Amino acid sequence: MAESLHGLDTFPKLLAHHAKVRPDRPAIREKHLGIWQTWTWHEFAEEVRSIACGLAEHGFKRGDHLALVGDNRPRIYAAMCAVQCLGGVPVPLYQDAVAGEMAFPIQNAEITHAVAEDQEQVDKLLEILPQCPSLTRIYYDDARGLRNYAQSQLMGWDRLLKVGREARRRDPAFLETEIAKGGGEDVAAMFFTSGTTGVPKGVVLTHHALIDRALAAAQMEGLGEDDVVLAYLPPAWIGQNIFSYAQPFVTGYCICCPESAETVMSDMREIGPSYYFAPPRVLEALLTQVSIRMEDASRLKRALYRYFMDVARRVGGAILDGRPVGAGERLLYWLGDVVVYGPLRNVLGMSRVRIAYTAGEAIGPDLFRFYRSIGINLKQLYGSTETSVFVCIQPNGQVKPDTVGPAVTGVELRFTPERELLIRSPGLFREYYKNPEATLEAKDPQGWFHTGDAGYVDADGHLKIIDRVKDVGKLADGTLFAPKYLENKLKFFPYIKEAVAFGHGRERVCAFINFDAEAVGSWAEKRNLSYSGYTDLASRDEVYDLVRECIEKVNADLAGEPELTNSQIQRFLILHKELDPDDEELTRTRKVRRGFIAQKYAALVDGLYGGADSVHIEAQVKYEDGRTAMLSADLKIGDAKTYAPAAARKAA
Amino acid sequence: MRETEISEARLHEHVRAHRIGEPLLQVDEVSLAFGGVKALQGVSFDVREHEVRAIIGPNGAGKSSMLNVLNGVYHPQQGTIRLRAGQAWREFHDMDSHEAATLGIARTFQNIALFKGMSVLDNIMTGRNLKMRCSFLEQALWVGRARKEELEHRRAVEEVIDFLEIQHIRKTPVGRLPYGLQKRVELGRALAAEPTLLLLDEPMAGMNMEEKQDMCRFILDVNDHYGTTIVLIEHDMGVVMDISDRVVVLDYGRKIGDGTPAEVRANQAVIDAYLGVAH
Repeated sequence: MAESLHGLDTFPKLLAHHAKVRPDRPAIREKHLGIWQTWTWHEFAEEVRSIACGLAEHGFKRGDHLALVGDNRPRIYAAMCAVQCLGGVPVPLYQDAVAGEMAFPIQNAEITHAVAEDQEQVDKLLEILPQCPSLTRIYYDDARGLRNYAQSQLMGWDRLLKVGREARRRDPAFLETEIAKGGGEDVAAMFFTSGTTGVPKGVVLTHHALIDRALAAAQMEGLGEDDVVLAYLPPAWIGQNIFSYAQPFVTGYCICCPESAETVMSDMREIGPSYYFAPPRVLEALLTQVSIRMEDASRLKRALYRYFMDVARRVGGAILDGRPVGAGERLLYWLGDVVVYGPLRNVLGMSRVRIAYTAGEAIGPDLFRFYRSIGINLKQLYGSTETSVFVCIQPNGQVKPDTVGPAVTGVELRFTPERELLIRSPGLFREYYKNPEATLEAKDPQGWFHTGDAGYVDADGHLKIIDRVKDVGKLADGTLFAPKYLENKLKFFPYIKEAVAFGHGRERVCAFINFDAEAVGSWAEKRNLSYSGYTDLASRDEVYDLVRECIEKVNADLAGEPELTNSQIQRFLILHKELDPDDEELTRTRKVRRGFIAQKYAALVDGLYGGADSVHIEAQVKYEDGRTAMLSADLKIGDAKTYAPAAARKAA
Repeated sequence: MRETEISEARLHEHVRAHRIGEPLLQVDEVSLAFGGVKALQGVSFDVREHEVRAIIGPNGAGKSSMLNVLNGVYHPQQGTIRLRAGQAWREFHDMDSHEAATLGIARTFQNIALFKGMSVLDNIMTGRNLKMRCSFLEQALWVGRARKEELEHRRAVEEVIDFLEIQHIRKTPVGRLPYGLQKRVELGRALAAEPTLLLLDEPMAGMNMEEKQDMCRFILDVNDHYGTTIVLIEHDMGVVMDISDRVVVLDYGRKIGDGTPAEVRANQAVIDAYLGVAH
């Protein structure tokens, strides 16, 4: 980055800068009616200014909160910046949340204005309107289906734009003064954490925190205006917001909004992003798709794929890291690149990816190596909403599958005696909104943020995270029990989608399993196993055998780790339904809520630790439209073989 | 993901964008026989502008025959059918389906009639056929009006794709799609012709509950957004009652009921036809 951003301490000022320096470069693209429509930085800035004036005209003041409810759309981001122009605070909400979940943030932040993407989101806001008296204005982007809504709070984006343009014509200086009033220590945005535990908390982040971290990471990776990002994860999630708002604002790169959630794959192929982020589950889903398609490919293709993937596994990572590799192997890899890896990267839409990140959950070593071995520079990073994401990033050439890399410039790390990680960084949040107790608990007076993650820094200075501090428990015999570590090991198998391990204070470890319906479904079809759906498959002995095999492989692995050999999984059952955020079993970011599940399915846990080989369950299920139904089933319990510690096994 | 539940409250609470107007289509004493089989016997009804009109009845009641008559596939031996264009009424006896299409009538079929090997986009594009003005030669050589026209039609097709939310299958061959989506594509092709009168032959047949709800939403959206007058055949009573303004009931080729869903539901002849009567 050659240009100086000195003195540009808020996002609206950064926007003005880009509108001046690179007015005709693309800022945002959106695919509409099958064609990629481009907004240049100049157009984007104009839209933002008019909307800001429109909002001011409608009584939006400095310090007010505005909710953004929608998928990645240029106008959602334009609204975000417009709010910041006026010194207000945008509050992005998860667009797939049900209406009830939106009520709390709106009440908590006393949100007065909202921008909704379409009819679906407007309906949700209207539904909770009686509980949210503060909400007086709702603007919508896509007018389809909304023409006949008579509610006085509603107004279309285009009308707001018109109001804003008129106001701007009357008083052009107003907005410039408002923007100039803003400073780096002002609040830039508020993100509600998904709430793995308890009610969601509003994380208050300043312009300075977000800009500082976005810039630190951008400088480290050398991001510039030529980079392209596909914005496809919820904008309410800090990660997506950093990649599609904070970082383009410090570097001037272009973000692209896919046509719809279903078209992400093909849109990605068309755009060819150079900078990419995907949580492990997305990478896993992509790999599962590739594997399934390869199984259906012709014999020749399958053989080629298998052979060259072997080559990649041996030398791909080393070549990417720039380590020495023999000339023969190099030639083979080059051949593989022409025949397999190149086309594969193209299918994945990753041909131009220069830097790819993954975070959010631990990533399976096999999965991680797969992407790196085919020449995609996938790296892990560590961070959270409270830290404006960037705490640790794996630097190019020093990528280890089980660590998240060293601290990014400006970040200090420390550990408590319980191995809890503490962080001090310019990117730290200011507070949890209206929640001083929680703020005090998470951030001590010296400014250290208590992450709740247990880990250590290894010999190379790389951070390794084991588990959540509160989840790390002990078996009855006193040995270490790290449930997430076990669950992750299980989830690394393509057939297993979710796992929940129990064992704290018990003699042995047991687990609930959710298999991957797509992978197991295809596996069942190959075996001519007819089935009606997930629940049916979940009761089949064949599927139990399949899962048992996976668990036994994990057990064999654990036998090799002295501290964890007692954590081998002895009994398991396959849940009758898939764990779902709508049933509160997973968070919106799809993390398992272990405590809640243990409580909800207490009968099943008892069954696992009892002697019986099946257990009866009656459970309530919630459909997507909010209806509920009762479901009753008999679940089988499976036993898995355990292994003696490694030393003993070698002797045998 | 769109909300599939149809809220009845919403349907009635809001003012309709296009108020139901004067009759658009008038069917008088239509009779149709195939040899000795009397498919339709003296059926009369009208269809008003902007309304959703359903024709229901048990199997073999003559529903599809009726639709085929409106569409110009069958020619009734007796009776008249008149279609209004602006203020002028046009009576037709021996209309063929091409003529029906030029008059602004489009339809879908009970058993899907799409080009299985062609993409969704191309299938919907065929719906624009009547609107293409440039000559075969111009199209083949890509000169003159061809380019401009193609862009225009592509835009119209993309709008339909956007409307029906099928962007993700734009380039998928139709044969590879699940049934519910194929039905939606067929609706798309009919819509691409920008019809004033849309005939739907069992749009919900063979669908599961969710697909039915989706389809209902789209039918109502079409009616609301484009103001298209819709005549649909269905033998799922529940669905029909929810989305129609008025219903015609046929049984053994005769009209046995006509009115709002509530009136029809209370009609004894209709109940007998559906539930059977003891003789």
